[in-house]
Amino acid sequence: MKEKALKNIKKYYQLYLLLLPSAVLLFCFAYLPMAGIVIAFQNYSPALGIFKSPFVGMKNFIQFFKSYQFTVTIKNTLVISLYSILVGFPLPILLALMCNQMKTKLFKKVFQVITYLPHFISTMVMCGLILIFLSPSSGLFANLFRLFGQEFPNLMSSASGFKHIYVWSDIWQHLGWDSIIYLAALAGIDPTYYEAATVDGASTLQKIKYIDIPMILPTAMVLLIMRAGSILGIGFEKVFLLQNVQNIMSSEIISTYVYKMGMQSMQYSLSTAIGLFNTVVNVIVLLLVNLLAKKLTDSSLF
Amino acid sequence: MELVVRSVEETEVKKKRVFTQDKLVNILFHLIAVIMIIAVIYPLWFVIIASFSNPADVANGKVWLWPNVIDVRGYQKLFEQSQIWKSYWNTIVYTFTGTFVALFVNITAGYAMSRKDLPGRKWINVFYLIPMFVGGGLIPTYLIVKQFGLLDNFLVMIVPFAVSTYNIIVARTFFQNSLPESLWEAAQIDGCSTLRYFVQFAVPLSKAVIAVVGLWTAVGLWNSWFNALIYLQNEDLIPLQLLLRRILIANESLLGAATGTMAQELRQLSDMMKYASIVVSTLPIMALYPFLQKYFNQGVMIGAVKG
Repeated sequence: MKEKALKNIKKYYQLYLLLLPSAVLLFCFAYLPMAGIVIAFQNYSPALGIFKSPFVGMKNFIQFFKSYQFTVTIKNTLVISLYSILVGFPLPILLALMCNQMKTKLFKKVFQVITYLPHFISTMVMCGLILIFLSPSSGLFANLFRLFGQEFPNLMSSASGFKHIYVWSDIWQHLGWDSIIYLAALAGIDPTYYEAATVDGASTLQKIKYIDIPMILPTAMVLLIMRAGSILGIGFEKVFLLQNVQNIMSSEIISTYVYKMGMQSMQYSLSTAIGLFNTVVNVIVLLLVNLLAKKLTDSSLF
Repeated sequence: MELVVRSVEETEVKKKRVFTQDKLVNILFHLIAVIMIIAVIYPLWFVIIASFSNPADVANGKVWLWPNVIDVRGYQKLFEQSQIWKSYWNTIVYTFTGTFVALFVNITAGYAMSRKDLPGRKWINVFYLIPMFVGGGLIPTYLIVKQFGLLDNFLVMIVPFAVSTYNIIVARTFFQNSLPESLWEAAQIDGCSTLRYFVQFAVPLSKAVIAVVGLWTAVGLWNSWFNALIYLQNEDLIPLQLLLRRILIANESLLGAATGTMAQELRQLSDMMKYASIVVSTLPIMALYPFLQKYFNQGVMIGAVKG
């Protein structure tokens, strides 16, 4: 057995050599930090280091569960996430179905190129655009409302407006791009299906209903699982950048709280504990959703 | 006889109905598409014209379709800041070197994992997949990076987080599907080693996937700022996106403080600088995108096969 392994290594060392750079980086910057999770169970102090800091068991977790921020951050994370899925999951499908039926090739092409474009704007610039356009005194929306004699509300400083801003600006930016994967699935449909349907006198809407939708259902299921699996993992960047004192009540999510506790308040152990809690919940949700999908529809991630 | 005639008539009527319905649906689809095109293009166009217009007119809603005057003070003031040149240069350096490093680590791994005869392939797969779902989190990662002495070091932007399991899977899928196994077998018989085969055959035959992975990485690096926020304090090292945070989000005036009528003018100037900075930072990607669109789409397709 050992001899065989040794022989394998000799024969295949060049393949392992090719794996080496990425494996070393993953080990150092993905696996070593995982070991660092131990500080979630310590009262870590940088002076003492990871080996000498006192062990405190679940204290940090209990502190988080008991804190006022616990329900607030979880609620906000869930609200934004569910709202995102509710709008962001079906719309790309509808767009792809529509785009697939467009007969004018050139128009379709132009339409695609343009709707994909905003996807490449950086989150930073996107948030800058949101702030500029929504400005109640001089923003584009305010000026547009003024044309019709209306007053534009100050959305950025209202707690209730935050989720709408987050979700709909995401739609603006990524709707076109998110439809690509469905368009690819639709492009794979055998054209004779449509020809047969046309001979039978099917209308465009009937073709969508009886050919297109059943064909993209498996793809849609897999994407839904992936989204549902990251329900507590909405991106940090955009929420963090759009946060301000006035909307903090509905914009403080788990990941921004982890950042504040860790990088601003220097409570390393508490921050790590909250992050770990988040990761564990994420993995459990992903496994559960995957299991459910397997039972219900036969499509699953693994 | 009568029956047949009626049924033929009925089909004709039905066909006509379907035809008009299809026509209406087609018009509706195109209408929605046109509205969407306007909704996407207009805000982008507005940023460009606003960056060239008189700031007071922009604020008062007098600029809609075309700049009423050509006013380049926003760009002037922006380029007078030495920090913008520094940050821009940093971003260019991070993007190019970072893309190179990422291509090197991900394409090599992708090729190795595409080989079915790789011993321990299953476990290696698991090793690469786990970090996709779990991680150490912010603080443990920060502490490790600090341990390696990478705080305030430009290397932190290009090396530690260069591995992307997703891109490795894309590369692996490509190698598996497009490199015929017989090619490797033939090369092997001729005494070609794995490394030589990789450099002389696998890489030159995979320009498409290298382009895809490279472009994705480059866009990601160009737009990234989170790692810089956490790991870089030194002003000389910060990338463009982090400088934009000051201009766009923190609303920090790079022009200094002023009072009275000067304050009003400064506020307007800093508004112009906002528009100008968006144009300057986003233009390279927007200008290149239409030409490279093909490759970006391919990335999604290849990834989707085994996502």
